[in-house]
Amino acid sequence: MVTSTRPVGPLVIDIENITKDYVMGEETVHALRGVSLQIHKTEYIAIMGPSGSGKSTLMNMLGCLDTPTSGRYEFNGKNVAEMNDDELAAIRNREIGFVFQTFNLLPRSTSLRNVELPLIYAGIDPDTREEMATHVLHEVGLGDRMNHKPNELSGGQRQRVAVARALVNKPSIILADEPTGNLDSKTGEEIMALFEDLYQRGNTIILVTHERDIAVHARRTVHLRDGLIETDHAGFIPELDLVALERP
Amino acid sequence: MRRFLYELSESWKIAASQMRSNLTRSALTALGVIIGIVAVTLMGTAIGGIQVGFDKSMSIFGDDVLYVGQWPWRKVDDWWNYRDRKKIKTEYADALNRMIAMTPNSNLMIAIPTSSVIRSVKYADSEVSNVLVRGTVSDYIITSTFDFKEGRFFNDLESRGGANVCVVGYDVADALFPSASPIDKSVLINGQPFKIVGVIARQGSFLGLFSLDSIVVMPLPAFQKYFTAKSEADILVKVKDKTKLAEAKDELGGLMRRVRGLPPEKKDDFSINEQQALKSTLDPIKNSIAVAGLFITGLSLFVGAIGIMNITFVSVKERTKEIGTRKALGARRRTILLQFLIESTALCLLGGIIGLGFAFAMCFLIGIAFPSFPTQFSTGLVVISMVVSVMTGLISGFAPAWTASRLDPVTALRYE
Repeated sequence: MVTSTRPVGPLVIDIENITKDYVMGEETVHALRGVSLQIHKTEYIAIMGPSGSGKSTLMNMLGCLDTPTSGRYEFNGKNVAEMNDDELAAIRNREIGFVFQTFNLLPRSTSLRNVELPLIYAGIDPDTREEMATHVLHEVGLGDRMNHKPNELSGGQRQRVAVARALVNKPSIILADEPTGNLDSKTGEEIMALFEDLYQRGNTIILVTHERDIAVHARRTVHLRDGLIETDHAGFIPELDLVALERP
Repeated sequence: MRRFLYELSESWKIAASQMRSNLTRSALTALGVIIGIVAVTLMGTAIGGIQVGFDKSMSIFGDDVLYVGQWPWRKVDDWWNYRDRKKIKTEYADALNRMIAMTPNSNLMIAIPTSSVIRSVKYADSEVSNVLVRGTVSDYIITSTFDFKEGRFFNDLESRGGANVCVVGYDVADALFPSASPIDKSVLINGQPFKIVGVIARQGSFLGLFSLDSIVVMPLPAFQKYFTAKSEADILVKVKDKTKLAEAKDELGGLMRRVRGLPPEKKDDFSINEQQALKSTLDPIKNSIAVAGLFITGLSLFVGAIGIMNITFVSVKERTKEIGTRKALGARRRTILLQFLIESTALCLLGGIIGLGFAFAMCFLIGIAFPSFPTQFSTGLVVISMVVSVMTGLISGFAPAWTASRLDPVTALRYE
């Protein structure tokens, strides 16, 4: 059992009572129905929940890909709920590192070019870009795969490239959506070891998953059900989680 | 600003790699633009050629010469009012010259009488028919725009004395004297021998209708002696300053009225013509040919543009997930817009360059095969067709690029 033993940093994400409604034809779907959540710097948190629980919607909110219908969302003290598209793009670029289930690498670009992409959007000059991208690729153990294209890499290596891409801008949080979903369990464990390493080096990680085996790596677990937070506790309590998941 | 440059260079790289990886598709799409640019460029070349030919034809009239004649150089609906006008006589030229000499600060320089008939010209066993035989004075050279291939124009002495000398056009000389020099040879016109003193350099044809080189020019007294007793003529009047053509025209009108002895209440019974008037009569015809030609060939470019738009829409659809990823990584709307605009523009520009190359080659070949066909390939045309290519890319790429830039990142990321 791992518990949060170290002191947490300043507040990064401060969500208060946010809701999100989707209009689907005649019906309005209440994907989030009043969620409040605070995440501090250097936390390692897993967001869990069955499909339809609002997990993905919450992740989109946290990742500034979408804005809430109502409620307050402050990211590093800035009000995200009222930002326009370009301001949201800037937050995503500088403050959030995304890791996707399907890797989402550009197929015709090398690892190096893939990792450089967020830096281009940040307006960093080519030399610095290459230096920074090379550095993070070494960090994730792909120093010898920099000029390979995604189809020349294994699944685990591709996800490492994606992790490097997420890290390269030194974001406030790393937001990983089912990062092991497309990997076999052994490779999945390797990726989780990489996340553990990143956490140990002071990164803030938010893991969105429905797999308990993956969620156990986090230091704090948030359970969602029907658009509400059901439980939010330090560490991972398998018994309680089991109950939560198996309840009809 | 710097970020914009990085995004721009990134967009160019993406465009290049997209073209490489979808080679067949890009080539076929570009083909539409290639055909469009070839069509428009060739039409532009032809129009340029027509323009040059037109200007060249017009220039033989000289932009500082007024022509006094019975008929105006424009379409007239009441031809019967002109038909019965008194003929213009060669003697008027002398009268006009006397009055010009007596007018202080006259805008006019000199009046030249010319009179013409159509005759055959013979030398030994050769004969050229339908030659314009013109009688005039030695000062005719002042109003003319031609150069001499060899020899000279007849001089004042020959002109006044009505010597049997003549100057021949290029075609006449070429037909009668294919190998030897025609200078000092005598040709027969109406059975009378005329010694050739000069050969006019090639002038080409007037609007492609008739040759300007099928001509013989001789002193007026000789002309009147052998060809016509009547002194019907056209009078050419050179003006001193071509920027004061309107004033010169008014002055000449006044002088002609005095020559004719017209009372003030009577209308002019002669016409004063100029190059500009003929141009403004013919310009609308020439311009409507140009507009119609460009419009029809422009349609083929339009079809090419639709091809580009279509393929950019397909590209946006195919890469929805990529667009989502880019947005998640911090690409703003205008970044995505720029990226797809550059892709469509690069494709059009490539098509434009290839099309221009084809057009240039075709012009060159046409020029070799049909030297008389007017083709005019100019740098202006190159610049215009490049601008047209880029505009085509921007316009046809805008709708799909706009669609891409407005994509919701959440939806785009979930797209499979």
